[in-house]
Amino acid sequence: MNETDQILENIGTTEYKYGFVTDIEQEFAPKGLNEDIIRFISEKKGEPEWMTEWRLKAYKVWSRMKAPNWAHLNLREIDYQDIIYYAAPKPKEEKKSLDEVDPELLKTFEKLGISLEEQKRLSGVAMDVVVDSVSVKTTFQKTLKEKGIIFCSMSEAIREHGDLVRQYIGSVVPANDNFFAALNSAVFSDGSFCYIPKGVRCPMELSTYFRINAAGTGQFERTLLICDAGGYVSYLEGCTAPSRDENQLHAAVVELICMDDAEIKYSTVQNWYPGDKDGKGGVYNLVTKRGKCQGNNSKISWTQVETGSAITWKYPSCLLIGDGAIGEFYSVAVTNNYQQADTGTKMEHIGKNTTSRIVSKGISMGKSSNSYRGLVRVHKTADNARNFSQCDSLLMNPSCGAHTFPYMEVHNKSAKVEHEATTSKIGDDILFYCQQRGLSEEQAVSMIVNGFCKEVMDNLPMEFAVEARKLLEISLEGSVG
Amino acid sequence: MLDIQNLKAGINGKEILKGLDLKIGAGEVHAIMGPNGTGKSTLGNILSGRDGYEITDGYVDFDGLNLLEMDPEERAQAGLFMAFQYPVEIPGVSNANFLKSAVNEIRKARGEEPMPAPQFLKLLREKMALVEMKKDFIGRSVNVGFSGGEKKRNEILQMAVLNPKLAILDETDSGLDIDALRIVANGVNKLRTPNNSFIVITHYQRLLDYIVPDFVHVMYEGRIVKSGDKTLALELEAKGYDWIKEEFAAI
Repeated sequence: MNETDQILENIGTTEYKYGFVTDIEQEFAPKGLNEDIIRFISEKKGEPEWMTEWRLKAYKVWSRMKAPNWAHLNLREIDYQDIIYYAAPKPKEEKKSLDEVDPELLKTFEKLGISLEEQKRLSGVAMDVVVDSVSVKTTFQKTLKEKGIIFCSMSEAIREHGDLVRQYIGSVVPANDNFFAALNSAVFSDGSFCYIPKGVRCPMELSTYFRINAAGTGQFERTLLICDAGGYVSYLEGCTAPSRDENQLHAAVVELICMDDAEIKYSTVQNWYPGDKDGKGGVYNLVTKRGKCQGNNSKISWTQVETGSAITWKYPSCLLIGDGAIGEFYSVAVTNNYQQADTGTKMEHIGKNTTSRIVSKGISMGKSSNSYRGLVRVHKTADNARNFSQCDSLLMNPSCGAHTFPYMEVHNKSAKVEHEATTSKIGDDILFYCQQRGLSEEQAVSMIVNGFCKEVMDNLPMEFAVEARKLLEISLEGSVG
Repeated sequence: MLDIQNLKAGINGKEILKGLDLKIGAGEVHAIMGPNGTGKSTLGNILSGRDGYEITDGYVDFDGLNLLEMDPEERAQAGLFMAFQYPVEIPGVSNANFLKSAVNEIRKARGEEPMPAPQFLKLLREKMALVEMKKDFIGRSVNVGFSGGEKKRNEILQMAVLNPKLAILDETDSGLDIDALRIVANGVNKLRTPNNSFIVITHYQRLLDYIVPDFVHVMYEGRIVKSGDKTLALELEAKGYDWIKEEFAAI
């Protein structure tokens, strides 16, 4: 084995840094899923009757559905009765200030490099923090309120802004959309809610940080983001989980609604526990994310950097309904060891003069499998639709796999749809070239990978880009040097 | 500076270098010429540390270091530079970023602090003028979308920025038009000092009109079979290589 192979082989032996467990008092629902559990969750959250009914209806739909098997994934059968659907850090009444958040939790977030204290936060980022099933803290709420922006936990939104939630929840991802969305609709416990009023540009980045802590639990958060006419918001999402031998389920739903001339930029850095070197444990990340460009000239842009999870099943999509609507999808997915990712996007061109752009970069290492799956559908009504897709795969060794499944359905002759795809491996030539200029092999690999992802990374907000780049570096760290 | 003694090496069991000797002193320019397939590029590859060659015998001393024992990046850090015949493209990595990393790695190996960004940019601009590179070059990806001539000029630019003790130019003149050749040669000539040495591997005497060598060597069958001054190159240009082959066959 030459040195390059050795380095590439050793890549990923770096320990997952966020794998610790926090010892906090927690409350659980009993294991398993039935109507009583759903009532229990709904009651715990003090929800109105309509919400409980909505959940129960979703549960009925779900219980008649089968888990999908079309993805290029080797997904072990999940026993849905062996999961705890509700776990929460034990409440200490309403948390009015930071002093009331469990100090153990605060320590956890310090360890994760996240400060919940507003004055210490990077200026310009408001944050909602979700641990297991509940939101523990939302920062900068007051500042945002002055602009008329609502940014709070989903539970709070259901209680305080019931009309808005009731109007929009399930309007983009209906409960019967797919198996995991139905499950989420029945049992979702928390998540973030955001409403940007007409003509308001959100003055700071909004952010939700998700953390699974408890064992044997699933995390089912639900995010709902509404950007009214002429509004703008940039939203960030980050996630980690402890290292555990068993697989943990994460089935989230994200719905975005974008009115006339509004713009939503949604960025994700996903770093759930990917399992160990032999493929044991790790999070099953089965997520439905969809944005609706309802208004004319509205724009939704998804950017994701996916390095974690044992299994990722995720297709942030755009429904381009308004005339002149724009949908974008920028993705970097890194898989290592036995990780499997089947990710991509769906662009539904419905309105006239709609445009979409897809840039997907897959990096495969170890024995992992990395698939891009995308659909561009131009409906009859979508005159002059434009799409450009670029899917590139980078293979780090011969034992990993990269797959591309691009689907196109064009029902309007004026459409222009372009697709480009490349697959490359890090060649000895390019490594030697870098080494001949004085760079170590590891630095060379890191530089080449960063270059490969640049177009996507450039779309991340500044602070996030730094974090994402660090994450990439960690994912690539070898044993040499 | 460089002392190659009885170097024997090959690839896939086939011997290419068959006992090569070469001594290069500080400040000297050596041209290596010879017919195709005689091991000229192999010599460059082995000196710069490319993987895949079996070295069966010989010793190479580079400024007191055992060159063949060193990793490619250690050789670069010690001041050995290779201008590639076929420079690679690195998408998404800007020329400035690439060169800055290289400069700072070499400095780090020497126990020096990284070069402050303004100082680096000043250096880069100065050297870009030397090889007549356009300003937008700084932000472009390494060699991506470059013409053949631009790639070769980029090699010379990198050399100028890294300021190596010994530079190997592997057929840098191939595929260059006369203007590009002049620019490349001019770049090299400006870098000639009493301390820097060059090995210029070429097929043609043409380049040597611009970069005037102190010594010319003819390689044949994995060895240096004839050495002389710059007039040897002219003789080769006039007479071709056949007389060398005949002379060699007679031995």
